[in-house]
Amino acid sequence: MKVININSSYNSDFVKQVEEESGQKLNLCYQCGKCTAGCPYTDEYDISVSQIMRLAQAGQKEKVLQANSLWLCATCESCTARCPNEIDVARIMDVLRHMARREGHGGTGRVKTFWDSFLSSVKSNGRVFEVGLLVNYISHTGRFWTDIGLGPKVLPKGKIHFKPTEMQGKKEVAKIFMRFKEESAK
Amino acid sequence: MNTSLNYAYYPGCSSTGTSIEYDMSSRAVCAALDIKLTDVPDWNCCGSTPAHTVDHSLSSALSARNLDQVSSMGLDSCITPCPSCLANLKTASHRMEDKAFRDKVNNLLEKPANTNISTKSVLQILVEDYGIENIRKRVVKPLNGLVVGAYYGCILNRPPHLMQFDDREHPMAMDNIMEALGATVVPFPLKVECCGASFGIPRKDVVMRLSGKLLDTAEAIGAQALVTACPLCQMNLDMRQNQINHANGSHHNMPIFYFTQLLGLALGLTEKELGMNKLCVSPRTLLDAMANGENLKEKAA
Repeated sequence: MKVININSSYNSDFVKQVEEESGQKLNLCYQCGKCTAGCPYTDEYDISVSQIMRLAQAGQKEKVLQANSLWLCATCESCTARCPNEIDVARIMDVLRHMARREGHGGTGRVKTFWDSFLSSVKSNGRVFEVGLLVNYISHTGRFWTDIGLGPKVLPKGKIHFKPTEMQGKKEVAKIFMRFKEESAK
Repeated sequence: MNTSLNYAYYPGCSSTGTSIEYDMSSRAVCAALDIKLTDVPDWNCCGSTPAHTVDHSLSSALSARNLDQVSSMGLDSCITPCPSCLANLKTASHRMEDKAFRDKVNNLLEKPANTNISTKSVLQILVEDYGIENIRKRVVKPLNGLVVGAYYGCILNRPPHLMQFDDREHPMAMDNIMEALGATVVPFPLKVECCGASFGIPRKDVVMRLSGKLLDTAEAIGAQALVTACPLCQMNLDMRQNQINHANGSHHNMPIFYFTQLLGLALGLTEKELGMNKLCVSPRTLLDAMANGENLKEKAA
């Protein structure tokens, strides 16, 4: 078991910020472990969700924000639905991701790249353009074989379009992203 | 009967592509039940999971633009087939009741949005506003002999304080509809377990494991098919079923319907209207046997 010297590394601003941004009280967690017991992704996590909660209580900012787990949580809401103290754990995970992004972290996997490709598609087209999203993701990861095997099965179904659907307000949507970027830079 | 049901309809991006049959069958079922749907004009993507993992004001701004479009239609209730769209639209309405958050979101928009809109799923209005007993009365082709499990996925009912629909661990809405249509419903123990969500592309191994478990369990309890209410769940279980078989050494050949497709069949709608030919795992054998009145249970045995 790892021992952490809380006295020297407790970051009270971090605790305050997580609580403010999530609207949740971290000290309500009494470490029952029910969130981890039901988490479908816990096998993939480097730090389990209940341990993330404990580290967050203990103000361990760097350790929490560098966890790969943040990028493997799918927001399935099992933790939130089952917490006996009604902590919105999934919202805390979401807020930790926001903070991790701001600090320049993104995990070691490809999930963040996929999410970024998704949003870049929304920014350009106003709606998600599935083929464009895949091409963007492949261009960032080099994984050109991703789902290539699905082609013969799916293409004849007429579900895959090679042009985005047109929406009139797509510039309005792009502006939402631009204003968000400006606000974030302040 | 309820002839005055009238909603704004938010299709969501996947309805234009990978879940087109959900959109087709939702519209066809509502038309058959005299439920009036009007598309939200010039709707945009809700941002789905990726937006809320970046920032909550960004996510809510994308949803708020849509809610404002609903309000401009003179309607105050909106329905959507997709649980992810639903969660985002509901979250935006709920969180924007807080003034500080609302100001932050409106700051990202062209003009302040009216987000005082009630958003529900297609499933929820069929169960709560139209009513299962009324559905039962409209059945012309009962799904006799079909043994089906209902899979809800993780966010149709959760987080419970936000979604305000059905049970968080043991939802029954689709089970009850299928039973009303004449199908035999087997209790599916993994009703709200996650299928792997949008990790199919960046972490396919995770989807193979989680969705594989769902298919294994469905087969073990004797289901011939699963019904779903979520584009992502359906896509993982149907479009990726071959990949799952390949990865896990399984041999599933299980049709994965949208609940609206089976509801439409029982209401007497055609397979074409319901997009049955869009499913990757062919339901042909099952549908033919049902049409011929064969006892599917005996056939399977």
